[in-house]
Amino acid sequence: MTPPPADAAVLSTRSLFSGEGSRGGSLPSWAPWGAFVGAVVFCGLVEAVLGWFTIALMLVFGCLVAIVAIYAWSRPVEGARRAKDRAVTMAIVAAFGVAMAPLISLLYEVIVRGAAGISWEFFTSDSRGVVAGGGAAHAIVGTLVITACAVVISVPIGLMAAIYMNEYGRGPLRRALTFFVDVMTGIPSIVAGLFAYALFELFFGPGIRMGIMGSIALTVLMIPIVIRSAEEVLKIVPDHLREASYALGTPKWKTITKVVLPTAFAGLVTGVMLATARIIGETAPLLVTTGVVDSMNADPFQGRMQNLAVYAYNEYRSPGVMKQASFDRAWAAALTLILIVMILNVIARLVYRRYKTEIR
Amino acid sequence: MAHFDTTTNAGQLLAAASGGRRRRGDRVFSNIAVVAAVTILALLVGVAAFLVAEGFPAFTSSTAELPNQESFISYVAPLAFGTVLAGVLAMVIAVPLAVAVALFITHIAPARLALLLGFFVDLLAAIPSIIYGLWGIFVLGPAAVPAMRWLEEKLGFIPIFEGPASITGRTMLVVGLVLAVMILPIISAVAREVFSQTPRKLQEGAQALGSTRWEMIRTTVLPFGRSSVISGAMLGLGRALGETMAVAIILSVSGGVTFNLIGQANPSTIAANIALNFPESSGLAINVLIATGLVLFAITLATNFLARIIIDRAEIK
Amino acid sequence: MEGRKLKDMLGSESKPGTEAEEGRNTMSQAGPVTETSSRPEGVGAPARPAKTLEAKEVNLYYGDFHAVENVNMTIEPNKVTALIGSSGCGKTTFLRSLNRMHELTRGATVKGSIQLDGEDVYGGGVDPVAVRRLIGMVFQQPNPFPTMSIYDNVAAGLNFNAGKIKKSAKDEIVERSLRGAHLWDEVKDRLGRPGSGLSGGQQQRLCIARATAVSPEVLLMDEPCSALDPVATLAIEDLIGELKKEYTIAIVTHNMQQAARASDNTAFFNLDESGKPGHLVEIGPTDEIFTKPKKKETEDYVSGRFG
Repeated sequence: MTPPPADAAVLSTRSLFSGEGSRGGSLPSWAPWGAFVGAVVFCGLVEAVLGWFTIALMLVFGCLVAIVAIYAWSRPVEGARRAKDRAVTMAIVAAFGVAMAPLISLLYEVIVRGAAGISWEFFTSDSRGVVAGGGAAHAIVGTLVITACAVVISVPIGLMAAIYMNEYGRGPLRRALTFFVDVMTGIPSIVAGLFAYALFELFFGPGIRMGIMGSIALTVLMIPIVIRSAEEVLKIVPDHLREASYALGTPKWKTITKVVLPTAFAGLVTGVMLATARIIGETAPLLVTTGVVDSMNADPFQGRMQNLAVYAYNEYRSPGVMKQASFDRAWAAALTLILIVMILNVIARLVYRRYKTEIR
Repeated sequence: MAHFDTTTNAGQLLAAASGGRRRRGDRVFSNIAVVAAVTILALLVGVAAFLVAEGFPAFTSSTAELPNQESFISYVAPLAFGTVLAGVLAMVIAVPLAVAVALFITHIAPARLALLLGFFVDLLAAIPSIIYGLWGIFVLGPAAVPAMRWLEEKLGFIPIFEGPASITGRTMLVVGLVLAVMILPIISAVAREVFSQTPRKLQEGAQALGSTRWEMIRTTVLPFGRSSVISGAMLGLGRALGETMAVAIILSVSGGVTFNLIGQANPSTIAANIALNFPESSGLAINVLIATGLVLFAITLATNFLARIIIDRAEIK
Repeated sequence: MEGRKLKDMLGSESKPGTEAEEGRNTMSQAGPVTETSSRPEGVGAPARPAKTLEAKEVNLYYGDFHAVENVNMTIEPNKVTALIGSSGCGKTTFLRSLNRMHELTRGATVKGSIQLDGEDVYGGGVDPVAVRRLIGMVFQQPNPFPTMSIYDNVAAGLNFNAGKIKKSAKDEIVERSLRGAHLWDEVKDRLGRPGSGLSGGQQQRLCIARATAVSPEVLLMDEPCSALDPVATLAIEDLIGELKKEYTIAIVTHNMQQAARASDNTAFFNLDESGKPGHLVEIGPTDEIFTKPKKKETEDYVSGRFG
């Protein structure tokens, strides 16, 4: 801590209580804003004079200078400790701004650029045989089919495994399972795709591409998320509810299906929806399994299939004759994807809020 | 008729033979649960087994047989280097920012705003990676070019800013920034959780001693949350190591190992390399790619173990 | 005793609108809701002879830890037996062994025999689930199922375990149980509402209705009033006095006055010292235990010298 100021003897109790710092003064309430704006303007001017003006650098340096400025301004008036407090607060706020800037920029760009590619054609036609133009209808259908298959496989297995771990599991199998679920959450998405590829290649030979392969890859990614969140929710169901059910002479499995699961229901649904939102935008595992295709295909067991994310990637990677139009379509696919993901997230949280059972 | 007519003698107990049916229900259900659990284990073992099986030829083939007549080690080494470089870069940028964001939300912002802000930060986590890739190459890359040029001019003596600065912005620095934005919400979520659970008594104790807000945070909140933040950082690192699409789209690849972050010639990452080359590959090349996937899996596993050790060590203290 | 006078006063009329309980009730329909027991109009199944529960050489363990040793006692039919003693002396552990809930804890084991009318509930081949249908339990914290309505809560035992029952038969059982629990008048207009919307005392009575709906022989109660306010407590004690006409009741309580008020027999458990197993010191008619106990330990406890 800093040594007391020389005029410590003159400290009045009042000034201590009013939090005015050891020197007895206080900065005006607009001080942080003033320091920030002043610093940014200052840096901008310096940059302009020196000839390397960019907005980004101006803001970055502006923040740094602002931190120093508020410290220098506050210290003589309010004392070193408060000055440090202000400086750090400024730094934290600035960091928050820096962290939020990409989100804002990204959302803005996706909306603006994506809007350019949205059209009736985008939603209704596929890209078969077109050299320029075409739409993403096949990608939309593909997204739904592949994701639906993944959910249908993952949820029952994941839920039952979570029930096992929480209600039955004892000893080595349970410990092994916890460990392995931990490991599974860390599998890179492309590795999951490679596994699905390898699995099918064993039975069907190389070069195989099928919608269901993508679903299997997504399942590998989705199951640990489902298990984790289901486990959390099941743990929250209080034991005294289970006991009340046992005391009525109810067997264990009925207690689980008629008391535990209904009580945890909202949380389970939310967990599944969030997990779905996670995998619906996956590209990498699908690149190596379901491949790239231009025509509509709704059969997961037959031939290539494409989802929105892969479509966006492909439009970027191999644009048609009219490059910008392809890029526009890539952004449009991105916009559609973001909307779907956001809606799923919001609905999931609303469902939880509305349907969760209040447990005392 | 009342089905619980137990006015007859308690020998009904033994005769309550619906016991038989009940036992069966219990057995069936618990068997299903065990089967599900075992399936998960089998799945993971399967992943490892298949990858090893398919990747094996790459390890055993002689250099002459491999594509480009390059040994597997020399093929994968720069990729591994690029993977770790990108991941570490992302973590170094993301962790301080994530901690700042978490502190802002839990201790500085007013309560109602905090809820909203937390929601927005979590939104970042929900955005699919392909979108980050497009944003990186179309928006951030070009915007970063002037800054990178400035770095080359003013700080070019530092090896990481050696340059010459890329004119497209498709550099390791930009990749690191994008990855940092992707993993920030993960780290920040963990940090928010632990910061908001700092015991009130600790915080109030510091405040009662007359400390400023920052002093309180520094002495109570941060030490309390340290091991959780580390764990969150490792989680983020794991995610960054495995990230494919953002890197595949943004990075301009042409080379080997270099620490130059702003140049045109960058090493690729394992994941991006697979994504870029797999669709057109066949035969032994595929085995090689799968083998690199195994290496990546090993790296992420090692990262997770390291994280666990650090946590356990920190908790023991 | 004072307790009894108060109980008599409250028991003879329902006093609307005077209890603080109402404030908590968000679903008032036909007027304010009270905590006092409303006298049922001569309803319910006729009193029937319940069964005797006997414990012989019962020893209870948690893993290697010997929690309760050598309990021999008889819980008489159609009577209320109170189990008293200071905290940790094993009375709840013993109670939970009577309906085979003790073994649900991992590593918990039972030695000895517990006989319901002569049949050992721990005998070979006996299904614990069946035992629990015959010996019901009400817990310290009222725990109605939060996702179910009042009606479904009471009918839960039937819904879970019996085969198809006609709606009319179920309705009748639900009404009978709710009347028997002195709750019918208060909830008959809102049977479809969630059980969690009731006050604490009402929730506990709901749990009692739920337990009696499956017509058990014995009702075990583990400190059923300790989470309730004094008015609700007296209502429940009153109810217990009614219930004993149909069931054998054992109730664990750490409140001696309650044991004195509400029970016919009392069993006193004690611990020699922490770490040693709890044991039964003395059991006998309540009046005797409280006025002329046979053991000094008992006398010390009931006169408040320790505990």
